[in-house]
Amino acid sequence: MIKRLLPIAFLTGCLLSASSAFAQKTVTIAAVNNPQMIELKKLSSKFETENPDIKLNWVIVEENVLRQRVTTDLTTGSGQFDLVFIGIYEAPIFAKRGFLKEISNLPAAFDVDDVFKSLRDGASYQGKLYAMPFYGESCMTMYRKDLFDAKGLTMADKPTYEDIKKAADTLTDKSKGMYGITLRGKPGWGENMAFIDALAISMGCTWFDMQWKATLDTPEWRKTLNYYVDIMKKDGPPGATTNGFNENLTLFASGKAAIWIDSTAGAGTLFDKSQSQVADKVAFAQAPVGVAPNGGNWLWSWDFAIPKASKNPDAAQKFAAWACSKEYIKMVADDTGWATVPPGTRKSLYDNEAYTKVAPFAKVTLAAMAAADPNNPTVKPVPYTGLQYVGIPEFQSIGTTVGQNIAGVLAGSSTVEQALKASEAAANRAVKQGGYQK
Amino acid sequence: MSSHSFWYASSPTISKPLANVEDSRLKTWLIGIAGWLIALIVFFPIFWIAITAFKTEQGAYSPDLIFKPTLESFREVFARSNYKAYLLNSIYVSLGSTLLCFLIAIPAAYRMAFFPTPKTAGTLVWMMSTKMMPAVGVLLPVYLLFRTAGLLDSVWGLIFIYTLLNLPIAVWMTFTYFCEVPGAILEAARVDGASLMGELRDVLAPMSLPGISSTALLLIILSWNEAFWSINLTSAKAAPLTVFIASYSSPEGLFWAKLSAASLLAVAPIMVMGWLSQKQLVSGLTFGAVK
Repeated sequence: MIKRLLPIAFLTGCLLSASSAFAQKTVTIAAVNNPQMIELKKLSSKFETENPDIKLNWVIVEENVLRQRVTTDLTTGSGQFDLVFIGIYEAPIFAKRGFLKEISNLPAAFDVDDVFKSLRDGASYQGKLYAMPFYGESCMTMYRKDLFDAKGLTMADKPTYEDIKKAADTLTDKSKGMYGITLRGKPGWGENMAFIDALAISMGCTWFDMQWKATLDTPEWRKTLNYYVDIMKKDGPPGATTNGFNENLTLFASGKAAIWIDSTAGAGTLFDKSQSQVADKVAFAQAPVGVAPNGGNWLWSWDFAIPKASKNPDAAQKFAAWACSKEYIKMVADDTGWATVPPGTRKSLYDNEAYTKVAPFAKVTLAAMAAADPNNPTVKPVPYTGLQYVGIPEFQSIGTTVGQNIAGVLAGSSTVEQALKASEAAANRAVKQGGYQK
Repeated sequence: MSSHSFWYASSPTISKPLANVEDSRLKTWLIGIAGWLIALIVFFPIFWIAITAFKTEQGAYSPDLIFKPTLESFREVFARSNYKAYLLNSIYVSLGSTLLCFLIAIPAAYRMAFFPTPKTAGTLVWMMSTKMMPAVGVLLPVYLLFRTAGLLDSVWGLIFIYTLLNLPIAVWMTFTYFCEVPGAILEAARVDGASLMGELRDVLAPMSLPGISSTALLLIILSWNEAFWSINLTSAKAAPLTVFIASYSSPEGLFWAKLSAASLLAVAPIMVMGWLSQKQLVSGLTFGAVK
């Protein structure tokens, strides 16, 4: 009996070993739903053809859901994902807690030095790289050249916030549904606070002093909020507390706003005739400045990182390096044109004439990315890093509370003084609980 | 109002019953109008999703009702996602969890309806109280349990959690329908020698079928629409249609037309099912409501 079974056992053994030799490594990717990512998913079939031993599984979700999923997966070490898409804010926080695998042994062709230093620094912890920037964004001023010309106004290459206020006042004509300016008003640390932080830094504000004492109830913050609330009430659209990036993009793209200060990511859409009614009327300038020379800038990037619990970290890194390479940028250009390539990560892109010719916002993006310094974000010294965030885990909650207080002022339910007082108390409570403030 | 009715109305002897007829007619009209109004308000979002799905991304923001329809968004959605896989997962999960729910709920409700103890009422209220806990409060422990049990991203895991979610509703509704069945009929069946299974199968089941089938429909709809746990506990293999919709929402860029197309594809099967079975659903839900 045993003799008869031996050949069968042998054959089964052979088949099993053969199948394991050809076994595909699966890389499950948690990604955000945006045009860059959808293009990457489309082109990734080329990577799979070149690497038949790697199979990619995509889990694409909305940004807030992605954050929740990735944080749950990383903190519980569940290994559901082999590659996760995270922001520059999360990269060092996750790395510090040991959730991420270090990115090392990148191929020479990846040319890591070509990636902007500010982004590499943002994605590093203790000098080691933990994430690979896929695309980056900063802040710029987008405005309607035709409306400016009609009123005899000019936009400086690097305007001041006072210039913006004067232009917005002149261009507002609410009876015709034209608003001089539109800015983020929807409360949230990544919503209204992304812009208000940039404005605040340019006005010389800080979140905390060197002893981690909150500095929100100060003359600088009062000036910042008074400016924001005044301009929004006088020249902004109604119901501004529900406007985030998308709502403002729609307002501007449909010709209802004259000035919009927001992420450089908006430029591509506004310049695309199939999505924007003002494609031939929009012009770009750098983010406005206040007392701080580079203050209006923000720096954000979406990066690929590998969780410690990843089942196939090597295959995951191989794909991430492919997606963040110069060759990939070229591939997107061949597929959908240079104007739509992932911007803001590589210096070489801005040396490429083919790109700068079709993307008039490229120069402004480059200047914004180069000026942004997350390690020295404010005029006064501070104990934290980050341009439109404070690089501590508690910031999501602090930022959202402050964002809600500010939205309350905009909606007319409280005053600037009340909002700042409440915000300072909330910020102090959070850093005390976190053990930052002694 | 006709001249006759005016005459009748002005006549003091017969004005009262006529006024009653007029009143009840007015009431019927008002109820009808209110019903239509509520139906329109409830249906409006679905109508809006349906027309937005056939617009271009650029046109999705405009409130125009007249536009040139396009299938562009559907093409994009089918090219980007494996709709069939999501649909099958939704079907497995909603049918599986509903079956499992009944396996537990029917014996539980039978016991509580026909052999109540002093603690039955308290148990029922306690069961319902578990529905009042915010789901996110137990996300982490459930996630860890699922990880340890190897249930993350599995259809069985979702069936299990949906069964737990819907069990209180299943028990409550089945219990209510069983209470409508006179205990004497079951006793008579027992006297005639029916076994427990026979009693359930031949007497109780046919009598409470409308109730049980409408409960089943409700449980299927609840499982089909559940988004929190499906989004958090599945990723690639077991993701149902709610995850499919979530992948089309975006904080940056234009996405409304594609999101609407995805939503329409996700709600269409359950809407058709609801449409076909609305008679049973309504008769089941109002079963025993008017004695």
